[in-house]
Amino acid sequence: MNTTAAAADARTRLLPKGLGRTVDALTLVAIGALVVFGLVIAPPDAVQGDAQRIMYLHVPAAWAMYLAFFVTTLASVLWLVPRTRSMVWDRVAGSSAEIGLILTGLTLVLGSLWGRPIWGVWWAWDARLVTTAVLFFLYLGLLALRAIPADPNVRARRSAITALIVFIDVPIVHFSVNWWRTLHQEATVFNPELNPQIEGTMALTLWIGVLAFTLLYLALLDRRYRLATLEEGLAERELDAAIEARVTAGAGGAA
Amino acid sequence: MSLLAEVRLVAAKDLRIEARSRVLLAQVLPFGAIVVLLFAFALDPDRGVLARVAPGLFWIAVLLAALLAIGRAFALEQAHGARDGLRLAGLDPASVFLGKAAAIVVQLLVLEVVLGLGVVVLYGVDLRGGAVLAVAAVAATLGLASTGTLYGVLAAGLRARETLLPLLLLPVLAPVMLGATRAFEDALDGATADAWPWVALLVVFALLYTGVGMLAFGPLWEDA
Repeated sequence: MNTTAAAADARTRLLPKGLGRTVDALTLVAIGALVVFGLVIAPPDAVQGDAQRIMYLHVPAAWAMYLAFFVTTLASVLWLVPRTRSMVWDRVAGSSAEIGLILTGLTLVLGSLWGRPIWGVWWAWDARLVTTAVLFFLYLGLLALRAIPADPNVRARRSAITALIVFIDVPIVHFSVNWWRTLHQEATVFNPELNPQIEGTMALTLWIGVLAFTLLYLALLDRRYRLATLEEGLAERELDAAIEARVTAGAGGAA
Repeated sequence: MSLLAEVRLVAAKDLRIEARSRVLLAQVLPFGAIVVLLFAFALDPDRGVLARVAPGLFWIAVLLAALLAIGRAFALEQAHGARDGLRLAGLDPASVFLGKAAAIVVQLLVLEVVLGLGVVVLYGVDLRGGAVLAVAAVAATLGLASTGTLYGVLAAGLRARETLLPLLLLPVLAPVMLGATRAFEDALDGATADAWPWVALLVVFALLYTGVGMLAFGPLWEDA
């Protein structure tokens, strides 16, 4: 490993401290704006009433979920390419996958809460729902694998390869589930959740939501990355302490 | 040695071990059979449900048995330092991957024939569209074996492998489960034209993950 890679490995923060603070502040502002726009300024939907406001969270959460999994994939590739290999990418991949999984859960729960009043059911075997549910379990498996302690390099390689295996599966799952539900089901009442002709304040609110969730994702990624480096440091310290205790005990016995 | 000769060597080794130990025949196959039997308890054989959902039940039974077969394929490398021996044999990792996958394919196909006969007899299924059934089964099995071998080696060295393997493997296999079940349903309904696109999906899946496996097996095998 060359010196620049070693320096990169030691990087304890993803974003420089000042930038991290700025992202935090912007995230809070954007969430505040989303609350005001989503609950007060945007008018209730003509058909769906207030339940439609869930979309201001559901759609941005789904967007951030895709962003998170895309970053996991990208970081895994960067780790696997020898020229860009660095523990930075391993930490980013793991952190992003974790946030992505939470966002997937959030997307499913929010969608379910919206589905109950609008569709009359908590769950429907709609193509997008099924795909998202499979996505949840795909990444749950990846995180379970990451949680198993191992040599950092082995763990990183294993995780990066698995992240790619999982990523390749996503379009196949999407395609096959879509095909399945359209072959066996007439055009459903579960038509596009989001009216494409959405405009005015409602569209603006949705965009604020997307911005807020993107910033929130960045802020969480920065924190989770920092936590990952702290965890690594803790493991090292514990090892050092254990060795020292052994050495002291050995010296005491000899004297 | 050519790739094919190496593949044959590894596959023959695994099959020879199975021929002598009979773990699949004496344990995994009866396990699949009892699953087939349990479905009848769960779904009441008198209401005609079993025959209608037979393809899905068949593939779930195969999937569960396949998890055991895949675990077994790597458990046998654990004893007597077999894994190190195989690693030091100077074989191309891609041929080790293909060889182990091929041995799993052979074993699963035997399992599928026996369980299939059980399903036909016990659930009262009218067999139709034999060619589609055969091609779909082979394609699905190739997909099962390639992903299974890939995740099998990944989980092989881990302490939590028995619990981790199903969690990793089953979501990835969702399209195989879907494609194989639909293809079987369509074939049994006599709608062979509808079945072929699903078979194509199974073939694409199998080819894709065989390719990924040949590339990724090496580094994972080194770490296992």
